[in-house]
Amino acid sequence: MIVGDSKPLEEILSMIEGRDKVLVLGCRGCVTVCNVGGEKEVGILASALRIARKKDGLPPTVDEMTLERQCDPEYIEELAEVANKYDAIVSIACGVGPQFVAERFGDVAVFPGINTTFIGGALEHGVWAERCQSCGNCLVHNFGGLCPIARCSKSLMNGPCGGSDSGNCEISPDVPCVWDQIVKKMAVMGRLEELEQVWPNKNWLTARDGGPRKRVREDLKQ
Amino acid sequence: MRLQYPTNVRVIQLPCSGRVDILHLLRSFEDGVDGVYVAGCMEGDCHFLTGNLKARRKVEYVKKVLGSLGIEPERIEMYNMSSAQGPRFAEVAREFTERIKELGPSPVGKAQAA
Amino acid sequence: MKAGSNLEKMLSAGHFAVTGELGPPQGNNVEEVRHKASFLKGIVESVNITDNQTAVVRMASWAASKILIDEGLEPNYQMVCRDRNRLALMADILGATALGIKNVLCLSGDHQRFGSHPESKNVYDLDSVQLLAAFKKMRDEGKFLNDKDLDGSPKLFIGAASNPFADPFEFRVTRLAKKIAAGADFVQTQCIYNMDKFRLFMKQVVDRGLHEKCYILAGVTPMKSVGMAKYMAKFVPGMDVPEAIVKRLQGVDKKKQGAEGIKMAIEQIEEFKQMEGVAGVHVMAIEWEHRAKEIIEGAGLLPRPVLD
Repeated sequence: MIVGDSKPLEEILSMIEGRDKVLVLGCRGCVTVCNVGGEKEVGILASALRIARKKDGLPPTVDEMTLERQCDPEYIEELAEVANKYDAIVSIACGVGPQFVAERFGDVAVFPGINTTFIGGALEHGVWAERCQSCGNCLVHNFGGLCPIARCSKSLMNGPCGGSDSGNCEISPDVPCVWDQIVKKMAVMGRLEELEQVWPNKNWLTARDGGPRKRVREDLKQ
Repeated sequence: MRLQYPTNVRVIQLPCSGRVDILHLLRSFEDGVDGVYVAGCMEGDCHFLTGNLKARRKVEYVKKVLGSLGIEPERIEMYNMSSAQGPRFAEVAREFTERIKELGPSPVGKAQAA
Repeated sequence: MKAGSNLEKMLSAGHFAVTGELGPPQGNNVEEVRHKASFLKGIVESVNITDNQTAVVRMASWAASKILIDEGLEPNYQMVCRDRNRLALMADILGATALGIKNVLCLSGDHQRFGSHPESKNVYDLDSVQLLAAFKKMRDEGKFLNDKDLDGSPKLFIGAASNPFADPFEFRVTRLAKKIAAGADFVQTQCIYNMDKFRLFMKQVVDRGLHEKCYILAGVTPMKSVGMAKYMAKFVPGMDVPEAIVKRLQGVDKKKQGAEGIKMAIEQIEEFKQMEGVAGVHVMAIEWEHRAKEIIEGAGLLPRPVLD
């Protein structure tokens, strides 16, 4: 899923300064799953913003709404009746949400309420970690099912580097060295020999380096 | 036991302190309440095992939110006591009321009046 | 001869080679480079010039390398993969060799998070193994990575780094083998303190015949004090400092710890001279360049052999 972190309240308050009627807009997709932008979080953010407004003697109109997703025009359309009643829409979906809302409702000021951080999964309830860098050419099967591009701090394809220490990355003891994990996993699978080959240079054209990407399904387009 | 405790304390009963929701806590402050405390069982004695631990973390979360909004985090608190400790219940009620009296009315409520 | 550098000639003649190291200044202070270089003149075959070492910005390695050439020394131009993409790496080696640089070291580079500008973008377009392969291709095939011909190909003596003490230990020899297969002509190890572990590593290296395909130089950094030993043991990733080393330094009066550290370095070099598979020593007397001579001389390595 796409994972994000809430923006600090101070930052959100300065975004909506001087804007009387605010809508906090959530999403039932990824951000619900990682507890940062779902209906519950919309309620919490809206309540906090109302408390701030009341305290400062400002109009406390902070409405709440949660869409199925903010990355499909059909769902964004559900805002059509209400969008321009608001002076600010704070979207707490991933980075796609505020952009889709802003594009569809050009007259309304749209603000992101979260910082989208990475593509990852849950390790346990309440803990998520990065797993994928969307490089456009997945090769995890060559590395025992682990991704060195996303999970190695240096994206090495021929790791580990000399900084790997007791299973941890040189940048922090909280960051596991994925190459340590890859070597151990491949050894267990009896495939250590495969790591003796020199992995050729990565073609970054398929990644974001090649420019913003688009996917077209001719068979689905209307 | 029929012990005395301050009349300004409004008790809301829950099956377990773990049932308290961050929204209950925040909405109370929205409505201009001056202080909120959550009373849960002694740690290790929760009938539902970890309910009171979860409640504590929610209280900590709301403290942070209040702090970000320029409201005293001391206006919300977590207390642990056994259901048999009647006097402790009254003591906490008095203690917390004193604390809130010293802090004064909630800045949220004050603004509403203005 | 691949490049005909001093280092290459000394190693291929079968002599125990000596290299040194120099970190450029955090500015364009040319005198500082000349000053440090002066301590190493005549006592080593060539000098490593670090490249934004520990991700702290310094005078560019290629520039400091050129200054060394002008001073009559031979540089080992270090290049890290952290700061430049393949375009820049290829362009830089063409420029460097055009200026007379012959030895290059291909390294991954310390992560920028702990450097002087942690907010910077992470490059790592290629890793150190791929960089070795890239330079080998440019030298031996006369081509860019896209197979187009070079208008003048670099003559290079290509080096890499090896850390026998990083984890996982079982894979370290394999990684060295990969670097050699990719193109490393010579390798310098991370500084060694755990001699037992190093002996074990070298035994595996020799068993695989790697020492016959590539010249291996053992890294030595003298301990200045027990404080330094403790710091390195605790805070430097991939560093193995046995308790015995710390204890030996503790057992000596504070003023004499530096001398003891030098003595220990000399003892190590004496052993390396006899160790199978070790072709030389890489002395990294960082911020202590003026003591390098003492160590090299103390280990009976001066004067350096003269080659015809």
